[in-house]
Amino acid sequence: MTCLPTATQKKLGLVIDLDTCVGCQACVTSCKEWNAGGHMAPLTDIDPYGADADGVWFNRVHTYEHSRADGGSATVHFPRSCLHCEEPACVTVCPTGASYKRAADGIVLIDEDKCIGCKLCSWACPYGAREFDAVVGVMKKCTLCIDRIYNENLTPDDRVPACVAACPTGARHFGDLGDPDSPVSRLARERGGVDLMPELGYRPVNKYLPPRPRTAGSSEHAARATGSTSPAPPTGGFLAWVDRILSR
Amino acid sequence: MHPAFSVIFFTSATGAGNGLLIVLGTLAALGLLPHDQLLAATSLGLALSLNAAGLISSTFHLGRPERMWRAFSQWRSSWLSREAIASMLTFIPAVLFGLAWLVFDRSDALTAVIGAIMAAGAACTVFTTGMIYASLKPIAEWNTRFTTPGYLAFAIMTGLVLLNAIFELWSLPDGGLQVAAMLAIGFAWVWKLATWRHNDRLKLPATAGTATSLAGGEVRSIEWPHTQQNYVLKEMGYRIARKHSAALRWFAQLCAFAIPLAAIALAFAVDGGAATLTAVLAVVAQAPGILVERWLFFAEARHTVTLYYGLES
Repeated sequence: MTCLPTATQKKLGLVIDLDTCVGCQACVTSCKEWNAGGHMAPLTDIDPYGADADGVWFNRVHTYEHSRADGGSATVHFPRSCLHCEEPACVTVCPTGASYKRAADGIVLIDEDKCIGCKLCSWACPYGAREFDAVVGVMKKCTLCIDRIYNENLTPDDRVPACVAACPTGARHFGDLGDPDSPVSRLARERGGVDLMPELGYRPVNKYLPPRPRTAGSSEHAARATGSTSPAPPTGGFLAWVDRILSR
Repeated sequence: MHPAFSVIFFTSATGAGNGLLIVLGTLAALGLLPHDQLLAATSLGLALSLNAAGLISSTFHLGRPERMWRAFSQWRSSWLSREAIASMLTFIPAVLFGLAWLVFDRSDALTAVIGAIMAAGAACTVFTTGMIYASLKPIAEWNTRFTTPGYLAFAIMTGLVLLNAIFELWSLPDGGLQVAAMLAIGFAWVWKLATWRHNDRLKLPATAGTATSLAGGEVRSIEWPHTQQNYVLKEMGYRIARKHSAALRWFAQLCAFAIPLAAIALAFAVDGGAATLTAVLAVVAQAPGILVERWLFFAEARHTVTLYYGLES
């Protein structure tokens, strides 16, 4: 059914901290590793070791230079994946009923057995979250690791999406954004978490925490750039005499 | 957006086929269609062949065409599903119209009603095709009030130009049909020029700043997540050089509007074999013109995901 549920019991999603993300790509590879054998398996690669490698990934990390209005600039690493929107047009455009949003937890999923691979959902997603698997002939997308978060074979600590489990800097947080008292909701509130492309009205569940403002005057403590890397010549005495001899 | 030939051919062919059904059904409903078996057989046969060929072509775009039947199920939310249903339902009055005209040799009130239903079904199909594109918010050039009326105008124009040629081929020249075809070409031309004028000033509905949550100042992409093209870039990141776009717009205008308009005006002025020749020339010139126009419709459309790759500001 591609009509959206009027409300979902939970709004499971991610809060991604752009201040602490170091762009190490651990979430990217961990996602690929888990999901290549998970719910949406396989995540096909075409010519993976060749000159024109291509393949399906649910999570991709971009890097930007953000030149701020105050004159400062920062390098920001930006993980991009499905935001499990509350108004996911990728679901409503689906002609077959393969795409759906779960009423229980708000996760947006694809039933691979119903997908005809028309690609319209990827056109309807402003964020580029859906990718076509040319080998299987169906669309693939992030499942928020439904095969981890409810998996009773894993220890409770491991029942988080693979990307969250892999992040070495704790930049990725998983939880219920529909509950205002959940740790992720509090974190998003305290750090001013924002929606991506709010103008389009898709109402993403995932929130991004913008980098914290730089401490005033912090550049004073930074190492100064030196003009020349060669040491200054000695100005007098025995060493100055040696320097003159060697410089001839 | 990637201009896939299967989809370009699909929208062009079903546009012409449904346009022909709209014109044919309207003329029958108004009692203006000459009762001629050959005319009905060729025009209805051509319309249904174009629709069938277009629908078959659209399946080449699918990853799993054998599951195509599932596309009829989600009419509550999906314009693509509505299009699939409307395109199939339109075959029913079209076949009934053919039976009434060709088998039972009738052109009475009942045939007129069937013709009206056939025209309405074909118009609904073209409307749903337009809405598939017009409803996509991430694509600035499609999500405008120009898109759906444009699809309808192009369908009716190509339908009139085709029917005019068929009338001429069976030696049934019709001045009213020629005037209608010229008016339709003129309207579609003006509409396309207005669409291009509007789209050339369009900005994407978001910015690199709102796409990344990095507010204020400038956001510059310095590293992509992948070294080669991926699906997202191949499908949504297609870009066309401005000089090629300008040349192709001239070609589309020449073939889709200017030559057919001049040819039908000439057919209006002269009689006999010369008129037949120019009416057929209008069809031959318009076909590549429409295909190029439809190619540009895809190639010039920009998607918000390109903001993440620094391809748009």
